[in-house]
Amino acid sequence: MHDLAQQIVSGLATGSIFASMALALVLIHRSMGVINFAQGEMAMFTTYLAWQFSQQGMPLWLAFPLTIAIAFAGAVALERIVVRPVERAAPLTIVILTLGLLIAFNGLAGWIWGYVIKAFPSPFPTTPLHFGSVAFSSQDLGIIAVSLASLGAISVFFKKTKVGLAMRAAALYPESSRTLGVRVGWMLALGWGMAAAVGALSGLMIAPVVLLDPNMMQGILVYAFAAAVLGGIESPLGAVVGGLMLGVGLNLIGAYVPFIGTDLQLTMAFAIIVVILLFRPAGLFGRRRLLRV
Amino acid sequence: MPPNVALLEARALHARYGEIEALHGINLDVAQGSIVALLGANGSGKTTTLRALTGATRRSGSILFDKREVIGHAPEDVARLGIAHVPEGRGTLSTLSVWENLAMGAYTLTDARRTRARYEKLVAYFPWLAERREQPAGLLSGGEQQMLAIARALMMEPRLILLDEPSLGLAPIIVSRIFEILRTINRDDGVTILIAEQNAAAALALADQAYVLETGRIALSGPSHDLAGNEQIRKSYLGY
Repeated sequence: MHDLAQQIVSGLATGSIFASMALALVLIHRSMGVINFAQGEMAMFTTYLAWQFSQQGMPLWLAFPLTIAIAFAGAVALERIVVRPVERAAPLTIVILTLGLLIAFNGLAGWIWGYVIKAFPSPFPTTPLHFGSVAFSSQDLGIIAVSLASLGAISVFFKKTKVGLAMRAAALYPESSRTLGVRVGWMLALGWGMAAAVGALSGLMIAPVVLLDPNMMQGILVYAFAAAVLGGIESPLGAVVGGLMLGVGLNLIGAYVPFIGTDLQLTMAFAIIVVILLFRPAGLFGRRRLLRV
Repeated sequence: MPPNVALLEARALHARYGEIEALHGINLDVAQGSIVALLGANGSGKTTTLRALTGATRRSGSILFDKREVIGHAPEDVARLGIAHVPEGRGTLSTLSVWENLAMGAYTLTDARRTRARYEKLVAYFPWLAERREQPAGLLSGGEQQMLAIARALMMEPRLILLDEPSLGLAPIIVSRIFEILRTINRDDGVTILIAEQNAAAALALADQAYVLETGRIALSGPSHDLAGNEQIRKSYLGY
């Protein structure tokens, strides 16, 4: 039983990383209709920035917020300067652009920091936390707490603030929103900024676990995509639930199904994508669109 | 009678969809505080005229709104000047709630108290809005969605409201209710209205002035009671 509880918590920890990245993908997909394949590399790049800051002696409590702020501002600028010219182009054009950004960020990180794997400082204590007789890794619990808190904050932002509402309206109904005075282009840029900030946070959380290298986010992006498809690519809540389910599911399979183990986890993620797309393309939380004509 | 000060003056207004010109240089005046009807058959250019005024469709010529040129302004900036547009198909934000639709209407208002006051005022016109404020707007009936679209447009405290076929697909009793509310809004709140309609009889009864469009040109214009009173015009242009 103890072992099972530990496996679940550890699954929730990786799952909340998938959930954050999946949410970042959903935020962009809702407003542009495409997957931003560079989302993971953007997170990786900003994680390197945090590493650089901490190498310069900056304390983590300052380096992390600074990194997230840079991720936000950088992505807003990236959207306004690089993505905006193709904003209304065919989806394939935008997809190719994000693939280009993926390669660019990956190459740039390798060029600046090299391909040697680096240790990344963890913001959490190394001593386990005991609940009764069960010990959980502080790192896992910390990742879960930070991720869920940030996802909760984002949800409140979208539900309760005027800008959040306008971002939702602009993503789903761009033309109507324009007639109401919404600057849809800027809402899109804000969406990029928020997605990058969430991504940066997951990079910071996962880097101590997977260690820092230019390819660290590539596998995670596949899991995040699987989570987003599982939950429904249109649904932010679905992305989060999908991420957590995927994290726990893969971890339990890894621990208790020796035939699959940890070697075939990525294959499992792909299998989930294929099965969901075949049998339930809208995902678990995907809603049929409400329409009355 | 409304004072005869022009709020909107369009001169030689052209509009095109890609290579095809849909509006061939029309002149249109909307006096401050008046109701103006834009009549014509399907495809005569009513929707295009409204879209050209807001900038949703590419246009050229001149559009003065309150003496200010708006050609070159993006639709969101035209809205910020005080021109609300209730588009064809109502533009319902269907997955958002009724309240969220209204809140989006007040997007350009920066003062939350003013938004609240607008909401209270509109609930007086449309009491059912308050009862159904948490429902997804897409679940409302067609008539309710039309009323919601009008209420949403009024949230921004517009000086001019452009309505695209508010009667389309609605039962006559709902149409007369909506037109009654439009009359009240115009009389009590001083909102100027430009309404595109296929239902010429209802629109002429509401409007002070009317323009009849035919394949992208103004075929006829004048005070609505003159147009409605002329049997020749009614038969050949208005189909009733």
